[in-house]
Amino acid sequence: MLELAIGIILAGCGIGAGLALIAGIGPGIGEGNAAAKACEAIGRQPESKSDVTSTMILGCAIAETTGLYGLVVGILLIFVAPNMFVNILLNAIK
Amino acid sequence: MKRDAKARVVDWLLVALMVLPFVLSMTLKVLLKPAGEGISITGAQVYFTIPMPVMDLPITESQVNSLMVVLSILGLCLYLTHGISVVPHSKRQIVAEWIVEKVQNLVNSNMGAYFSAFAPFIAGIMFISAFSSLSSLLGLFPPTSDMNIVAGWAILVFVLITYYKLKGGLFPYVKGFFEPVFIFAPFNIIGEVATPVSMSFRHYGNVLSGMVISTLVAYALQTLSHKLLGWLPGVLGQFPFLQVGLPAILSLYFDIFSGLMQAFIFALLTTIYISTGFPQEEYERRKAKRKKALHTA
Repeated sequence: MLELAIGIILAGCGIGAGLALIAGIGPGIGEGNAAAKACEAIGRQPESKSDVTSTMILGCAIAETTGLYGLVVGILLIFVAPNMFVNILLNAIK
Repeated sequence: MKRDAKARVVDWLLVALMVLPFVLSMTLKVLLKPAGEGISITGAQVYFTIPMPVMDLPITESQVNSLMVVLSILGLCLYLTHGISVVPHSKRQIVAEWIVEKVQNLVNSNMGAYFSAFAPFIAGIMFISAFSSLSSLLGLFPPTSDMNIVAGWAILVFVLITYYKLKGGLFPYVKGFFEPVFIFAPFNIIGEVATPVSMSFRHYGNVLSGMVISTLVAYALQTLSHKLLGWLPGVLGQFPFLQVGLPAILSLYFDIFSGLMQAFIFALLTTIYISTGFPQEEYERRKAKRKKALHTA
């Protein structure tokens, strides 16, 4: 019975981590858009290349935040949560 | 001539102050970290705990490393500014002046003249963050991949933001939460709290994800190398040949580029949040009013 419970916990954590990483889609599309627009801008005004590039990298790094939320949740679910939940279960049984 | 020799001795001492903290934390890691089996992804190692009345205080690897980074930066600053003169005649003075000028330009262009005294703080945040991320190149545990360290910086920045918002008076600050309609208060409060959370998660997530990905790639290459080249005789069969190369390129991106980028972004966001939160007109109006009241009294 205990094995089943722990198995359910591990499966839940794994599936949750997988679902959390769906958050990576948004920043991917957004950063692609940003890079495309930056390319257009450089094509129109090649002399402003350094300004456009630095602004784009900054914007990309900030747009990445939502993806990183998903990543942090995923990492916590894989490395931290199983241990914690199993401990809670064992304490509850005692 | 004698003074020259003295200056050189001081120089060497300062260089030692710059390098020794890293050597010390490497020694601590070697001495206190138990030998693990293969590659594993773990959090910061707890070196020892200090018993405290409410809760034991754990002293972790990341705390020790970040203090060592601070010491090393102190050494760097003293080394760069040692023996400066009005007319620069050494390379390091030119480097120091370049750094100071760049940071002052950044602060002046992003925060305005009122905050020009913020330049040392911004430079400090930038350098601590950059050095912490780069310390993973030495095989140390980078303090920025520990949430606690980065959250500490973010809370410090949050306190500063709130302090400068309160400079416009308590009433406008509280009223700001009920804009545009009072129903929006919960969302505004969540938005306020989200600032330090997003700042710390951004930095921590970037450094940690780099660490996890490079560890996984190194592990995969090791396994692959043992499967493919395990038939070689003796030590050659044990040596993970495939691990040469690719992890270095990944480290170039994740450790160097990403680390420096995040340091810059953290500092830049600090400047932007503090200066946009500060109600300049309101503050000046109140100041003028107070001055007038003082004048008439």
